[in-house]
Order: sequence, then structure tokens, then C-alpha cells
Amino acid sequence: MKFRTLAWFVGPSVFMMVLFIAFPLASVFLQSFQITQPVVETVEVETCTPGFVGQTCVTETKTTPVLDEFGNPQTTTEWVGLLSYARVLQLDQVGAAIASGTWSSILAIDFWKALRFTLTFTLVTLPLVIGLGLAIALAVNNAARSIRGQIIFVSLLPFIITPVIGALSIRWLFYGDGIVTALLEDMLATDISVAANGWAIELLMMFYRVWHVAPFAFVIFYAGLQTVNQDTLESAIIDGASRFERLRYVVVPHLMPLIIFVALIHLMDAYRAFEEVVGFSSQAHRITLQWLTYDLLEPDDAGNRAISRASASAMLTMIGIVILLIPLLRRTWRDHKGSAH
Amino acid sequence: MATPKALQQPFSLRFASASFLAFWCLIAAFPIFWIAVMSFKSPVDAFSANPLDVIFGPTTRAGGDGLSILDIAIGLAVLIAAVRLAFTRLPKWVDRLSPQGMTVIGWLVGAGAYAIGFLVVFFGILPAVLGVLNSVAGPLGAPVLGLTAEHYYSVWIENGFWRNFQNSLIVTAGVVTISLTVGTLAGYGLARSGSNLAFWILIIALIFRALPHSVLVAGYLPVFINSAEILRPILGDNAPTLYGQPLAVIAVLVAINQPFTIWMLRSFFQNIPNELDEAARVDGCTHFQAFRWVIMPVMWPGVITTGLFSFLLAYNDLLVTSLLLDAQNQTMVPAIAGYFNRETTTTDQVEAVAAAVSITAPLFLLVMIFQRQIVSGLTAGAVKG
Repeated sequence: MKFRTLAWFVGPSVFMMVLFIAFPLASVFLQSFQITQPVVETVEVETCTPGFVGQTCVTETKTTPVLDEFGNPQTTTEWVGLLSYARVLQLDQVGAAIASGTWSSILAIDFWKALRFTLTFTLVTLPLVIGLGLAIALAVNNAARSIRGQIIFVSLLPFIITPVIGALSIRWLFYGDGIVTALLEDMLATDISVAANGWAIELLMMFYRVWHVAPFAFVIFYAGLQTVNQDTLESAIIDGASRFERLRYVVVPHLMPLIIFVALIHLMDAYRAFEEVVGFSSQAHRITLQWLTYDLLEPDDAGNRAISRASASAMLTMIGIVILLIPLLRRTWRDHKGSAH
Repeated sequence: MATPKALQQPFSLRFASASFLAFWCLIAAFPIFWIAVMSFKSPVDAFSANPLDVIFGPTTRAGGDGLSILDIAIGLAVLIAAVRLAFTRLPKWVDRLSPQGMTVIGWLVGAGAYAIGFLVVFFGILPAVLGVLNSVAGPLGAPVLGLTAEHYYSVWIENGFWRNFQNSLIVTAGVVTISLTVGTLAGYGLARSGSNLAFWILIIALIFRALPHSVLVAGYLPVFINSAEILRPILGDNAPTLYGQPLAVIAVLVAINQPFTIWMLRSFFQNIPNELDEAARVDGCTHFQAFRWVIMPVMWPGVITTGLFSFLLAYNDLLVTSLLLDAQNQTMVPAIAGYFNRETTTTDQVEAVAAAVSITAPLFLLVMIFQRQIVSGLTAGAVKG
């Protein structure tokens, strides 16, 4: 295909991606070094009230925003270097905490709290998603052919459901006196309050994520199981391999590329976790990196959006994504080189 | 096909595997089933600590809303008949009645007409008939299962959720149409070109897929809010403020969706043999004509699958829509986030549950109809990518 033809086919898509992905990315990068503020001036205002002999006059200085000709507040944009990053990272407080040996006070800073939770969340759910997905795939492969369709249908539900709604549906089972909490309270004869306990919320958020993603892993592994080489399996049996050894040395190596694929997709998505925080209303206890950026972008009580700090936190989030992507990119590059020869 | 003896499994293993599967299905379906049950009960029943109370709803029943055994039996029978009819007869009617080459439109009209017919029968005629039957049936006609639709009524009509539904419809329809149009062109071009440029576009798209959406929104927000001033030199005084505009959100979601769409469509296009294009080219088609008249007609399964995933992305999105749309153009998912933030009384909470179920219902139908396409879409990316 000639370059011109390719350009015609790919043009609209590339245009959209440049305009709405590459361009915003560059502008976020620049914004993270800038601060835009309204211009304010101090004016002396004299207010006089009529009195008995003369007027009583009070002079006070006020700061008022400067308005442009349309009546909108004027703004200035300044280059502030790494100030926004410093405000997000709060390294001086971190330094003080390390010096005094109180590690837990680092986790009181929003960014480090979010980083700690996001990483734990991502790394703990990863093996669970792969293990559960593989287990379901093996069990479905074992089930009678006639009921597989229905099982796949039920399994797809947690995957297809809107993430916030999925999180909410689990929240309603546990929060307050949800029926699962009531059941646990009956069994343990204690009083449980899930919504007030950070660790309980953290566990629930992980449970939700595994529940939501395991079906995806299951469908992919199930498709992979259909192509396992039956001859290899039979020779393994003849060689006396037990059921577990066959799984360990024949099936899992066959599925390895798929396991890596699922792991990478899961790492990328779990690192971007956001809906859990909204669904479980966990912002008082647990927040994620993406939620931190979202929160800075939301207008605060005075209606201002902390755009530069949000940009800085977004760029810091990106670093993690880049680290995650490197192995994936190296593999794709190798495949490309391999297919070219 | 008889299984060889060595491959037969001991009973204990089969039992363990089957019970694990049953347990998983329970966990997978239970939260969704449970919110569906809760949404039909009065607040006292819905948040009762006793699961049986939630299911049978004594307070709801005492309030005069309930179903008798007769209602349940006839209702289920009509429901099953309707589903069977939809899967056996409906395809034949659509095939017979829709004109040549208009099958897609025929399906849309057919499905719409069927849905309306079902709603009229199930919610219009059936309750009237059952009301008469219940009064003569004696004990079979006495209500046993508390059930009320009042929360749905207050969510959809009184709180204006239908307006959010309408916005969701506009946004998702726009996103699916545009991203498929743009994406099929790009996917075809990328699948048929082995050049380095095509490779780099795909790699960059892969990087873009991994970006957190909040990063991008941080880039849009200042521009969108001030767009009227930025665009004034070009467009004059009627330059729009993009913040809050559904069209702007559609464009953003299409772009965010592009990397995924072109990867998936490319893998579907690669499955179509190159010889088909070459034959068309030999017969004198240009690349574009070959694409339009030869490749597209065999690409429909891939396009439908990719369309489903575009639909899911647009429908499920919370972050972009909640930050870029203002209150009056809000779609359903960010609207519900506002719901449970202000929930104070238990009635509010049950209304939030009813709204959540309303959002889930279309997705449920979607899995029912397109299960095969969803599975093939999930595996298409993995097995070949």
C-alpha cells in the first residue's frame, strides 16, 4: 500500500488521537510547570456613613480581582518550575518524617497515601485475578458442554457491568447493616462496621476488582485451553505425569503468553483504578493516584480547580505507566523485528 | 466421543470442580441479583438484616403491593414465551420483511417494535387480566411476594432520570458511530500496510491506551472552559464554550477509544485473506472501492464486536463525563454518583439502588444477545496480539 493511500485511511484516526490525546498530554506537561492565577490588586476603599456632626469614614484596603473589558477576571500565567511537583510530593515533610522516624506520617500526605494504596492494590489483585481466572477456565472446561453457555453468560455479568455500579452493588451488601455484614455479625457475635474501617474497605475494593476482572482472564484462558495440544497431553500421561504435573508442565506453559497478556492489561488497568474510590466512598480512608488527580480537578468550595497541581500529579502517575509499559513495548518490538525477517 | 480411561476423572475431582463452579456463579451473580431484588422493595424491607424479609418483603406486601402465586406463574410463563419468541420467530420475521441490503435497519425496527409490543403486553394488558383473575382465584390469588415499582417511578419520572438516559443515549450513539467509522478505515489501512509508519502508529496507540484518563482530562479542562475566548479570533462571537457540550465529550471519548478500536479492528481485518483485496484490485477497484464493496461486507462480525466494546466504554465512563459535562447534560453514570452522595433517608438509598438497576438492565440484555461477539472480541485481541 502506498504512503498516500495509507495516509487517507489512517488520517482521520491519527488526527483525532493527535488532537485529543497527544496535544492534551503536551499541554498537561507544560501546565505542570506553570501556575495560572487571577490578577488581584489592592484598592483602598473609603466607606462613609452619615453621622451627627460629620460623616464617619472608614478606609480599608481590599484585594479585588482585576477585570478585563468583558468583565471576566484577568489571569496571569507564571513559570514556577517544579513548585507544583513539590506541593504534590511535599518532600520536606517526607524528609522530616524520615528524620524523626515516624514512617506513618508519610502516609498522611495525599500523594504517598495514594501511591501506597495503588501499588498494594495492583500487586495484590494480580495473582488473585490470574489464579481465579485460571481456576474458572479449568472448571468450565471440565463441565458438561450443555451448561457452558449459561456459565459463561453468568460469568460475563461482573465484567460487563458499569464499574461504579458493580462497586456499589458490593457496597450495599456490606455497608451499614448490609445482609453480609449482618450474617457475619450473627456468626461472630460482634459488631462490625465496615464503612469506618480502612482495612475492611481496602479488602472490599480488592474483592471488587478481582470479581470484576476475573471473568476477562477466564474468557481468555478458556479460549487458550481449547488449543492445548492433545498429543502432548497424552504423551505426558504415558510418561506417568500426574494430573497436577500435566497442568504444571503442559497446560500452564501453553497458556504462558496469555497469562502475560492478562497480567499486563490488569497491571495497566488496576494502576488506573478510580471507580472503586467513588463506589465505596473511600476517600476518607483509601485513595488512588487517578482519584487524586480527579479530586484536584474538581472545583473546590471556592469554585477553583487546582489545574497545575493536578497536572503535576498526573505526570507523576504517568511515570508508573511508563515503567509498566517498557516490557510490553520490548516484546512488541521483538515480534515486529521477527515478523519482518 | 468416549473419553480414554486414563483421562477420566475421579468422582472427587469432578465434584470439587462442579461445586467450585457453582460457588463462582453464585458470587458472580449474587450482588447484581440482590440489588435487583432490593430495588423493588419498600425501604424497610430493602435494608432489612434478614435476607428472607428482603426477598418476600412483608412490609411492602402490607403496603398493598404484592404478587400472588398466580401472578408469578403467569408472569414467568409470558416472560419465557417472549424470550423464546424473540430468539426463534423474530429473526425469521426480520429476514422476510426487511428489504434487500437493509438488514441492519430491519433489525433495529424489528427489535424496537418487539420491545414496545412486549412492554404493552407485560405492563399494560397482563396486570389488568391478572387483577380480574386474582379476585376469583381465592388463596392462589392472595399476594405472597411484596413488590413495588414506586422507586422506579420516582427515579425516572419525578427525579428526571429519563433526561440522563437521553443524554447517555446521545453520547453512546455518537461515540459508537464515529469511532467505528474512523476506526474501520484506520484498522484496514494498518492491517494491509506492513510499513514502519503503520507499526509506529500502532505502538503509539498502545502507549495511549495505557494513559490514565485523568491525565487527558487535566489537559482538556482549561481549554474547554476558556474555549469561547480561545476560539473567538477564529470563529467570531458565536464561538462555543466546549465545557458541558455533549458533542465535545463525544469527540473526547472517540479519541480515547481510538487506540483500542484500531488494534481490535486491525486484528479482525488481518483474518480476512489478502487475496480478496488483490482480486478486487485486479478487477480494477481502487483501494477504497475494494474496502467499501469487497471487504466491508465480510467484516460485519468484527465491526459489531468492536462496536459493542465502544458502546461499553462510552456507557460506563464516569471520569470524563463527570468532569466535562455540566449538571443539565449529565449522563446516567455520573448522575448516580451524585445520587448516593446525597443519600440521607433510606428512601433515597432505595432510589439510588433503583437507578443502579436501571443502568444495569440494558447491559444485561446486551450480554444476553451478544454473548458470542463479546467472547470473540475478548479473545481476538489476546490470541493474536
